[in-house]
Amino acid sequence: MTRILIRGARILGGDPADLLVVDGVIRPMESSPATADRVIDANGLVALPGLVDLHTHLREPGGEVSETVLTGSQAAAAGGFTAVHAMANTNPVADSAAIVNRVFDLGLAAGYVTVRPVGAVTRNIEGEQLADIGAMASSRARVTVFSDDGKCVSNSLLMRRALEYVATFGGVIAQHAQDPELTVGSQMNDGVVSSELGLRGWPSVAEEAIIARDVLLAESVGARLHICHVSTVGAVDVLRWAKRRGIAVTAEVTPHHLLLTDDLARGYSPLFKVNPPLRTAEDVNAVREGIADGTIDIVATDHAPHSATAKDCTWSDAAFGMVGLESALPVMTHALVESGLMTWADIARIASTEPARIGGLSEYATPLAIGSAANITLIDPSAQAEWSSERLSGKSSNTPFVGIELPGRIVSTIHRGIETVIDGNVVPHEELLRP
Amino acid sequence: MLAGTTVANAFFEDSTRTRLSFEIAARALGAEVVTLTTAGSSASKGESLKDTLQTLEAMGADVIVLRHSDSGVAETIVNNGWVASHVINAGDGTHEHPTQALLDAYTIRTRLNGTDSRGQDLNNARVVIVGDVLHSRVARSNIWFLRTLGATVSVAAPQSLQPTALLADAGITAYSTLDDALDTGPNVVMSLRVQRERMSGGFFPTEAEYAHFWGMSEARLSRLSSDSIVMHPGPMNRGVEIASSVADSAQSVVTEQVTNGVAARMAVLAHLTGVRQ
Repeated sequence: MTRILIRGARILGGDPADLLVVDGVIRPMESSPATADRVIDANGLVALPGLVDLHTHLREPGGEVSETVLTGSQAAAAGGFTAVHAMANTNPVADSAAIVNRVFDLGLAAGYVTVRPVGAVTRNIEGEQLADIGAMASSRARVTVFSDDGKCVSNSLLMRRALEYVATFGGVIAQHAQDPELTVGSQMNDGVVSSELGLRGWPSVAEEAIIARDVLLAESVGARLHICHVSTVGAVDVLRWAKRRGIAVTAEVTPHHLLLTDDLARGYSPLFKVNPPLRTAEDVNAVREGIADGTIDIVATDHAPHSATAKDCTWSDAAFGMVGLESALPVMTHALVESGLMTWADIARIASTEPARIGGLSEYATPLAIGSAANITLIDPSAQAEWSSERLSGKSSNTPFVGIELPGRIVSTIHRGIETVIDGNVVPHEELLRP
Repeated sequence: MLAGTTVANAFFEDSTRTRLSFEIAARALGAEVVTLTTAGSSASKGESLKDTLQTLEAMGADVIVLRHSDSGVAETIVNNGWVASHVINAGDGTHEHPTQALLDAYTIRTRLNGTDSRGQDLNNARVVIVGDVLHSRVARSNIWFLRTLGATVSVAAPQSLQPTALLADAGITAYSTLDDALDTGPNVVMSLRVQRERMSGGFFPTEAEYAHFWGMSEARLSRLSSDSIVMHPGPMNRGVEIASSVADSAQSVVTEQVTNGVAARMAVLAHLTGVRQ
C-alpha cells in the first residue's frame, strides 16, 4: 500500500489542508498519517487536479526528430499535466485502429500521463473520405475525440456527414477552423503588422466563417462540436451567439493566444509563427473575456514541437507552432489569475475538469474529492522567473516565452498516485518504472 | 575605393536590372564581384539559405547583396548572426526594396529642384503610387522613405490591391481610381508593375480594365502640370500600367531612374564599407 501525504496545500486555492493519497486514490485524512511513505511539504502551494490537455502534438509516429510520446509525456508532466490528447496529424496519420493503439501503448509504456489518442476525421487528413472512425472508437485506445487538426475539414457536406457519423459513436469533432482558400500562403495575422512586414495576411474571417458554418451544421444534425484554438474577436462573438442559441459547442483557447500579439512578428523570429496566428491586443482581450464568461470552455496548449532546423530559417520557410505544455500553467496564472479574471477553482475547471469531460475522461469529474483518482498538481504561484528554454523537458525548444517574466512553478505532479514530478524535477524514466 | 573588397551578388529570385545595377556599381568602385543566381546553385539542391550564405562568407565575401522571395530575409540573417559580412537588401519578398527607394528619392529631388537639389528635402513632392501596393516592395520602401524626407504620398489602386490596414495606420490617403488621385494635383506619379498572376488570383479582372482605371495614359498625362514626372521601377508592361507614349515622353524619368540606381548603389556600398567622400 503506497501512501503519500501532502501537507498544507491550498486545495483549489482555498485554506491550507492536508491531502492523503492511498494506492492512487484520494482518501480521508486519518488521525495518524505519520505512516505515509512520502510526505510532501506543500506549504504555500496551490493544489489543483492534474491538468488535462485536449490538444497536444506528440509527433510520434513519424516526427520523432521533434518529439516522441515519451518526451512529450515528460514535458506534460513538467507542466503539471496528467492527461494529454495526442493529435492525429502524425506520419502515418492516426486514422486507423492500428495507429491509435500504437500511440496508446506508447503512452502506457512512458507512464507519465494518460495518453488519449485523437483520431483523424478523414483518411490521411485529406478531407475527402472518412477515416476508420468506428474502429478507432471501439479500439483499445477508445478514441472519443476526432480531429484533422493542422487542416480544416473544409468541405461542408463532408463536415456534415462527419458530425453525424462521429455522433453515432458518442464522439466529438474538434475542428481546426481555417478556410483554406482564404489562407493560401498566409503567414501571420492580417493587419497593420503583416502589411508592414510584407508577410501574407491570415484574415480573422477565415476562422470565423468556418466556426459560423460549423455551429449551424452541428445544430442542424444535433451533434456535438468542439472548436480548436479560438483566436479572434469575431470567433468569440459567434460562439457566444451559438451557446445562447443552445448549440452543443465547446471551444478552447491556447495559452499563447491569451498573452501574445502579432507585433511580436517584427524582427521575423519564427518562434512567433503559429497556426492560428498571434492576433491583436483586442483579440487577446476578447479571448480572455470569452474564457472568463464561459463562452470559451477550456485552455488547451496546442503544444507543437519543431526541430531547431524547422525554426532556424526565414519566416516563410519556418514551420508553424510552439511548444506549450511546460509554460501553460504559468501563462494561465499570469493572464487569468493574477489579472483577477479567474480563481484557482476556475483554473481547475478550464484546465482539467472540462477538458476531461469533453474528451470523455471520467476520472476527473470531481477534482481532488475524496474517492477520486489521485491526479494532482502542486504549483507555487509566488515563484516568479524569466522564462527560458531551460525550463523545457520535451525534445524541442521552440518556446515563444523566452525572456518573459512568468509566475508559477510546478513543484509536484502526481498521475494516478505516481509522482511524476518531484521538487520541480521530472522523475527520470527508469525511476518512474521502478516498482 | 573598394579595391580588395569582394561583393557577392546573391540573387535567389529573378532580377536582371537590379543585379546588373549592383554589379556595375561595385565594379565602378573597384570591387571584385561574384554572382550567385539560383539556377544551378546549391540552393536548388536543397542547401539551406544559412549554409549558402555562410559558404559565400567563407569564400571571402565582404558584402552580400541579397535578393530573395521571402519577406524579412535580410533582417533574419542579421538578427541571427548567420554571417558577419555586410548584407544589402536588394529586395525581399513583398517587404522592401530600399535601394529602389533611394534612387527614386534622388530622381524626384533632382527633377523637382534642378541644380539646387543638393541638401533639399522632399517637402515639395506630392507623390501618387499607382497599382499593386499590396504586393509591392517598391511601394513599401518608397512610402516609408519619401514620407521620411517630407513628401506627401497617396496611393491609387483597387481595394483588392491596397494594404488597407497599413494605409489607415499610417494616415495615407487611398484613391480608388487614378483619376480621383489626379484631381488632387500630384507632381509625381509612380506606376507599379502589374503582375499577371494577380489577374488569375482575382485581384482584378482583365488588363484592359486595369488600364482603363489605373493605367497612366496620354489623357491622364495631359492632366499633370508640365513639370510633373512619371516614374516606373521597371520592367514596364507597356499598354497596361503605362502607355507607351507616356513611357517615352519628356516627363517620363524611367531611364533616369536606372542611371541613378547605379549611383545610389555605389553610395550604399561605399557607406557600408566605411569609405568616405
